[in-house]
Amino acid sequence: MIDATHYVVLSLILFCLGLIGVMVRRNFITVLMSLELMFNAVNLNLIAFSFRLSDLAGQVLAIFVITVAAAEAAIGLGLIIALVRLKDTVALDEADVMRG
Amino acid sequence: MKLYDFIWLVPLFPLLGAVFNGFVSNRRGLSKTTTQSVALLGAGLAWIYGWAAVIQWFFTEDHTRAYSVTAFTWITGGNLTIAGGSTAAVDIAASFQVDPLSAVMVGFVTFVGFLIHLYSVGYMHGEPDRDYARYFAYLNLFMFAMLTLITGSNLPVLFVGWEGVGLCSYLLIGFYFEKDWCAAAGKKAFIVNRIGDFGFLLAIFFAFYYFGTLEFQGLFDAMAGDHGGHYATAATIIGLLLFVGAIGKSAQIPLFVWLPDAMAGPTPVSALIHAATMVTAGVYMVARCNYFYQMSPTAMLTVAVIGGVTAVFAATIGLVQNDIKKVLAYSTVSQLGYMFLAAGVGAYVVAIFHVVTHAFFKACLFLGSGSVIHACGGEQDMRKMGGLKKYMPTTYWTFLVATIAIAGIFPFAGFFSKDEILAKVFAAGYGDLNHHGGVYYLLWSLAVIGAVLTAFYMFRLVFMTFHGEFRGGEEAEHHLHESPWTMTLPLQILGVLSIVGGFIGVPGFLWGHPEHNLIDRFLEPVVLHMDHGGHAGAHPGLGLELGLIALSLAAAGFGIWMAYRFYFVDREFVRAGKLAERFPFAYKLLLNKYWIDELYAATFVKGTVKLADLLWEIDARVIDGAVNGARHVTVGSSWLSGIFDLRVVDGLVNLVGRFYDVASLQFRRLQVGFAQGYAMVMVFGAALLLGIFFVVNL
Repeated sequence: MIDATHYVVLSLILFCLGLIGVMVRRNFITVLMSLELMFNAVNLNLIAFSFRLSDLAGQVLAIFVITVAAAEAAIGLGLIIALVRLKDTVALDEADVMRG
Repeated sequence: MKLYDFIWLVPLFPLLGAVFNGFVSNRRGLSKTTTQSVALLGAGLAWIYGWAAVIQWFFTEDHTRAYSVTAFTWITGGNLTIAGGSTAAVDIAASFQVDPLSAVMVGFVTFVGFLIHLYSVGYMHGEPDRDYARYFAYLNLFMFAMLTLITGSNLPVLFVGWEGVGLCSYLLIGFYFEKDWCAAAGKKAFIVNRIGDFGFLLAIFFAFYYFGTLEFQGLFDAMAGDHGGHYATAATIIGLLLFVGAIGKSAQIPLFVWLPDAMAGPTPVSALIHAATMVTAGVYMVARCNYFYQMSPTAMLTVAVIGGVTAVFAATIGLVQNDIKKVLAYSTVSQLGYMFLAAGVGAYVVAIFHVVTHAFFKACLFLGSGSVIHACGGEQDMRKMGGLKKYMPTTYWTFLVATIAIAGIFPFAGFFSKDEILAKVFAAGYGDLNHHGGVYYLLWSLAVIGAVLTAFYMFRLVFMTFHGEFRGGEEAEHHLHESPWTMTLPLQILGVLSIVGGFIGVPGFLWGHPEHNLIDRFLEPVVLHMDHGGHAGAHPGLGLELGLIALSLAAAGFGIWMAYRFYFVDREFVRAGKLAERFPFAYKLLLNKYWIDELYAATFVKGTVKLADLLWEIDARVIDGAVNGARHVTVGSSWLSGIFDLRVVDGLVNLVGRFYDVASLQFRRLQVGFAQGYAMVMVFGAALLLGIFFVVNL
C-alpha cells in the first residue's frame, strides 16, 4: 500500500537532488533545471498532503507554484541570455562582478 | 491786496538770485552783465517789495501787535513737559512778522543792501566771471539770511537767519580763499561765532522749557502778563544766554577778535556784513527779546558793562592802527559796544536808532575806504596814502561827512543817536536804575571817553588818508583816480543819509514835544515797560540835559582837535611818533591789540590743539588699542574655533566614515560573487535554523 509517507520520502529525495544540482553544477541551465526539480518536489509534497488530508487547498497551492515556477523559468532564461551576451558563457562562476 | 501777507517774499527774492548765480551763473560762467542783473534784481525787488509792504502795513495795521504770517509748518513734534509740569506742543512754523522793529530793520537793510550790491558791481569788476558770480551769489544769500533774521517771528526762524548770516560771513571773508590768511580769517570768524551760537541755542531751549512757545509775541505776552516776577530767574538765564550769542555775532568782549580779521573779505562785504547789518543782528536780537532783559537787572547790567567796556576798549586799539580797514573795524566794534550800552540801560529804541544811523555812516565809511583802496591799487596802509582829497573829491567829501557823523557833531546823524545813548546812560545813573546807579555813572564816563577817542581816530584816519602829501610813491600816484559812478552813487546817497538820518530821532523832549522823536514813538510798542526800582523815570533837568549835549560835543571837538594837531598840522607825524616813543609800552600794547589774539592763541587755541593731541593719543592708544585688541581676540577665538572644527567636528565625521570603511573591509568578504555560494549559505542557514528549532523543541 502506497501512503503519504512514500510520497514524502520521494519528495525529499527529489528536493535533495535538486538542491545538490543547484549547489554544485556550473552550468546555469542545469542549475535552473535543478531548481525546477525542487519546485516539483514541493508540489508533490503539497499534493500528497492534500490527498491525505482531503483538503483541496494544497492542490490549489500546487497550481500557483507551477505558475510562479513558469514565471521564474522565464526570468531565469532571460538572465541566461543576458549572461551569454555579456560573457559568452553559461558558466555560473564566471558571473562574479559583484565580488567584494 | 495786503502786501505784508507775503512778507516772506522779501527774503525769497535774494534767495532766488543766490540760487541762480550760485548754480547757473557760477557753473556756466555766465557774463558779468547777467550775473549783476540777477543779483541787483534780487536785492532790488527785496528793497521795493519790503518798503511797499512795510508802508502798507504802517497805514493799515495796529502797531502794538506783531502781524505774523505763516509760510509753512516747519517742525512738528510731540508734546513736551515744560517747567511747572504742564505740556507744550512742539509746533514751530516758518512764520514771518511785521512789527515796528522788523519794519525799521527791513527798511534800512534792504536799502543799504541794495546800495552795496550796486557798489559791488563797480568794485568787483576786475574779478573773473565765475568769481564774480560766486561773490554775488554769496551776497544775495546773505541778504536772504539777514532778512529772514529780521522778519522771522520766532526764535528758531531768527536762528536760521542768524546761522545763515554767519555762513555767508564765513564764505565772504574767505572769498579770496586761495590766500591762506583770508581762509584763516573766515575760519576764525566762523568758529568764534559758533561759541556765541551755542549760547543762543541754549537760550532757545530754555525759552521753550519755561514758556512753551518760541513766538516773539507769545513770549512778550507771557512776560507782560507776569506781574509777580515769577519769570525773573528764567529771564536772567535766557537773557544772559541770548547775550552770549549777541557777543559772538556783534563782536563784543571777549569774542570780538574775529571782526578785525574779517576785513580780509572784499570791502563791500565789510561794509554790508561787518558794519551795517550782520554785526548789528546781536543788537536787534537783544532789542527784540527786550522783555527778558527788562525782567532781569542782572542781564541788563551785564549787557551794559560788556557794551561800555567794549566801546572804549576797541576805540583805544583803533587809535594806533595803520590799516584803514582795521581802524574802521575797531570803530565798528566800539560803536556796537555803544549800542549794547544803550540796550543795557533799557534804551532799546535808542540802540536800534544807533544801529540805523551807524549803518548809514559806517557803510559810507567802509565803501569810501573801498574806493580809496581801489584807487591805491589794493594798498590798505594809511602811511602809504595821503593827499587823496584832490584825486577823489566825491569819496573825500562823503567820507568826511560820515566821519563827522560818527564823531557826533550836530546836526549829523551820529550826533542824535550817540548823544541819546550818552543821555540815557547818564539818566540810568541819575535814576539809580535797578539800584546799580554807580556802575551806570561809571559806564557813562567811559562812554564819554570813548566819544573823544572815536572823534580822534576817525579824524586821524581822514587826515592821514586824504590830507597832506601822497606817500605811496610816484608810480602809485599815477594810478590815482576817482571811482566809477556805481561806486560813488552809493557813497553820495549814504553821505546824504549820514547828514539827515538822525532827524528821525530828534530829542523832542528838550522843547517839550517828546513825540517829535519819530523812531522812539514808532518803536515804543516793541519794548516791554517795567518798573526798574530806584527812582526810575526821574529825568535829569533840562539844563543838565543841555549840559550833557554840550559835553558830548566838547568831547568830540576835543578829539578832532587832537587829531588835527597830531596828523594835520604835523605833516610828518613827528609828534605822534614822539608820543609813542615816550610811552613805548602803551603804544605797543595798543598796536598789538592788547595781545588778545596772542593770549587766545596761547590759551584756547593752543589748549584746543593740546587737547586734540591728547585725544588723538587716547584715540591711537586706547581706542585703536581696543579695536586692535578686539581684532586679536576675534582672530584668536576664530583660530580656536577653527581647531575645534578641524579636529572635533571633522574628526567625528571622519570617524563615522572610517568606521564604515574598516567595518566594510570585514563584511565585503561575504560578497564572494559566486551565486551558488549564496545558495549554500542559505541551505546551511536553513539547516541551522531547523536544527535549533529541533533542539529547542526537544
